[in-house]
Amino acid sequence: MKTKLFLSAAIGIAISTPGFAADKMMNGMKLSDNQVFTYRLLDDLQSLDPHISTDVNGAEVFRDIFEGLVNDDPQGGQIPGSAESWTVSDDKLTYTFTLRDTKWSNGDPVTAQDFVFAWRRLSNPEIASEYAWYMELMSVVNAKAVIAGEKPLEDLGVKALDSKTFQVKLETPLPYFVSMLTHASTFPVPQKVVEKLGADWIKPGNLVGNGAYVLTEYEPGEKVVRERNPLYWNNYSTIIEKTVGLIINDENIALTRYLAGDVDKTLVPSGQYPRLEAERPDETHSNPRSCSYVYWMNMSEKGPEALKDVRVRKALAYSLDRRVVTENILQGGQYESFNFTHQATANFTKPVLEWANWTQAERDTKAKALLAEAGYGPDNPLKLTISYNTDEAHKKIAIAASQFWKQKLGADIQLSNNEWKVHLTNMRNQDYDLARYAWCGDYNEASTYLDLLTSSSTFNAAKFASDEYDRLLAESKTQADPAENYTKAAQILADVMPIVPIYQYTSAIMVKDDVMGWPFDNLMQNWYSRDMYRVEK
Amino acid sequence: MFNFILKRIAVAIPTLVILIVMSFLLMYAAPGGPFTTERALPQVIIDNLNAKYGLDQPLYKQIWTYLINVTVHFDFGPSYAFKDRSVNEIIAKGFPITLKYGLISFIVAVVFGVSLGIAAAIRQNTWLDYLAVGFSIGAQVLPNFVMAPILVLVFSLWLGWFPGGGWEGGDIAHLVLPVVALSTSFMASIARLTRSSMLEVLNANHIRTARAKGLPTKDIILKHALKPTMLPVISYLGPTFVTMITGSVVIDIFFSTGGIGLFFVNAAFNRDYPVMMGITILLGSLKILFNLVVDILYAWIDPKIRY
Repeated sequence: MKTKLFLSAAIGIAISTPGFAADKMMNGMKLSDNQVFTYRLLDDLQSLDPHISTDVNGAEVFRDIFEGLVNDDPQGGQIPGSAESWTVSDDKLTYTFTLRDTKWSNGDPVTAQDFVFAWRRLSNPEIASEYAWYMELMSVVNAKAVIAGEKPLEDLGVKALDSKTFQVKLETPLPYFVSMLTHASTFPVPQKVVEKLGADWIKPGNLVGNGAYVLTEYEPGEKVVRERNPLYWNNYSTIIEKTVGLIINDENIALTRYLAGDVDKTLVPSGQYPRLEAERPDETHSNPRSCSYVYWMNMSEKGPEALKDVRVRKALAYSLDRRVVTENILQGGQYESFNFTHQATANFTKPVLEWANWTQAERDTKAKALLAEAGYGPDNPLKLTISYNTDEAHKKIAIAASQFWKQKLGADIQLSNNEWKVHLTNMRNQDYDLARYAWCGDYNEASTYLDLLTSSSTFNAAKFASDEYDRLLAESKTQADPAENYTKAAQILADVMPIVPIYQYTSAIMVKDDVMGWPFDNLMQNWYSRDMYRVEK
Repeated sequence: MFNFILKRIAVAIPTLVILIVMSFLLMYAAPGGPFTTERALPQVIIDNLNAKYGLDQPLYKQIWTYLINVTVHFDFGPSYAFKDRSVNEIIAKGFPITLKYGLISFIVAVVFGVSLGIAAAIRQNTWLDYLAVGFSIGAQVLPNFVMAPILVLVFSLWLGWFPGGGWEGGDIAHLVLPVVALSTSFMASIARLTRSSMLEVLNANHIRTARAKGLPTKDIILKHALKPTMLPVISYLGPTFVTMITGSVVIDIFFSTGGIGLFFVNAAFNRDYPVMMGITILLGSLKILFNLVVDILYAWIDPKIRY
């Protein structure tokens, strides 16, 4: 009884004296008494299990309640997380992580074995994680065979050398391996708890994490709440006491509730950026976000004859006026795109593309000439269909594109609107001419974009195939600095033009001006509650 | 009467089975599956997932297994989209929420709708009548997906009287806006239906007789006119009741209640077969049940009706 009393007293002290008392200063500003951060979640969480969930909403929660080997800093670089330090072998195939002395939220120590368990679990065919392929992407030894059930879990290239040393063996060197470790699917889970409770370990009251926060309330479809974890190793530096995610499906309602003061952060609904930026300049932000919007062009056997001709593909790409898309339709500071890879991607140099520097009139002239050369004109008009999934913005862009191509190229363009899964299925089966698609990078490195277009990639809806392209990307995996190969690969895309690059994303968000520490500069927009704080205004 | 109820229940069971099988087939006919995602998954992972959820079995086997699980074990299976939860859990969590705001909205709609309709009929062609009819038309052309954002704008942002969303266990403050948004258009329909039905009844022979023998108007309305007036209204109320308590997507989206309506629609988009099936069965059973209740009420109200 006595020990129990003592324990609760100790926790009481730990909670009541956080690192920064309310009247403390931070970067020259007085901290607010209110350290609750409320943000808008688009959808309910798919799962509370980091190995099962695949959505962005979930990843935001996992970054608070779990901690992987490394974290993103506010600029998007990597800093130590659960791992204190790490070493790489000379052949760049073995990474050895030394873990900190940290605890799970139930008091158990976090061990290297927990990481081994977690990574095996992600690859386990019985768990059937949709993100199991991430292990393969990280090129962990035997990942492919383990996922396919051809080798036992024990053959996966991860090992606990002792309770604080975690070792990963890779099949090929990956220069960006460490930057991939901020992804939630690589986070550890408490082996003891998961083994004891099985699938129930994420039920309310059971969930145990190692992050700066613990999940305290979850109402499906309504809200998810996490509060400061006094057992977190760096609890001293945590300032935000409580983070509340409110699930608000409609973006306009979310904005109304932001204006009413119910939430501190929400997305800017499309088309409203100029107005909000004028009315609330201190709260409206637009920053690069690692996503790219394109039209696939079907180059496969099933595709239309016209699109097998590179001149036609180029004519389509050239004559689409991107400025109308970014400035008149989207109006959120998006970038015109001539390149699939987002221009702000780390260590990526855009190839010098002639047509990107032309005026739109010059592009149009060239497009007309190319199309005429290919044998299409008023007597033989180009007939194509643009497929897109149901969404206002996709519709507007498709209408604009069809008008450009109709007016400038005399093409006969049909629009086909499909529900999301139907659209995806048509795309995967090459049942389309031109199809809208957007890709968001998994990590801040050009290969997350360029790998999509290798001939073996399941994402490659255009069925574009180039031996040289495949070779450049395969080679890049083992290069110390693959930047040159990436640029060359991007040049091939511009030469063959399997996709029409349209625009690159920005993240347009509203954040209350007393909330500090939002990682605007992080291209991946990975945010952590513990990096934020509220100040007196 | 008892035989009638038995007979109806006997018909209900095959109806439900047909509903289940048809929904199952329709769902599978839709292109794409639960694991068709933005990221094209490697085939081996899709195989793992299909094996885990039994989707690698032939269709007839899947239907059979499903029917057995539902009828024998009352197990509606796991959700493919919300993998931590079973369909039973999703319904157990969401349905009480929906039931609560739906039931309250229904009561509000019926009490105000019927009163308004009767008042308008009795005072036909007066300002009260015009007001009631005007309100009804106005409320009907303002569907709840227009109503909801307007309510939030006015009562949350401008006046700050009520929270703009959330449920918080369903306290009064969080109930007001969803109930108003959900009940208004139903209230309008009920009011118009009651008004026209009442006008018809007031012109009927038995009412003229009642007036001729000098009964006070209050007695005529309550004792002789109300019951026949309610007949068409009740046939409308049966299905309406089910619609209201099984959730409104619009209410769930705009007020973040956590109710079942949003899950139903998302299940269709996600190809979350078990959730769709579970809620379809719930909805279908309730529809069948309340149609039966309406029929029984009919017999009670109108002694001419015999089954």
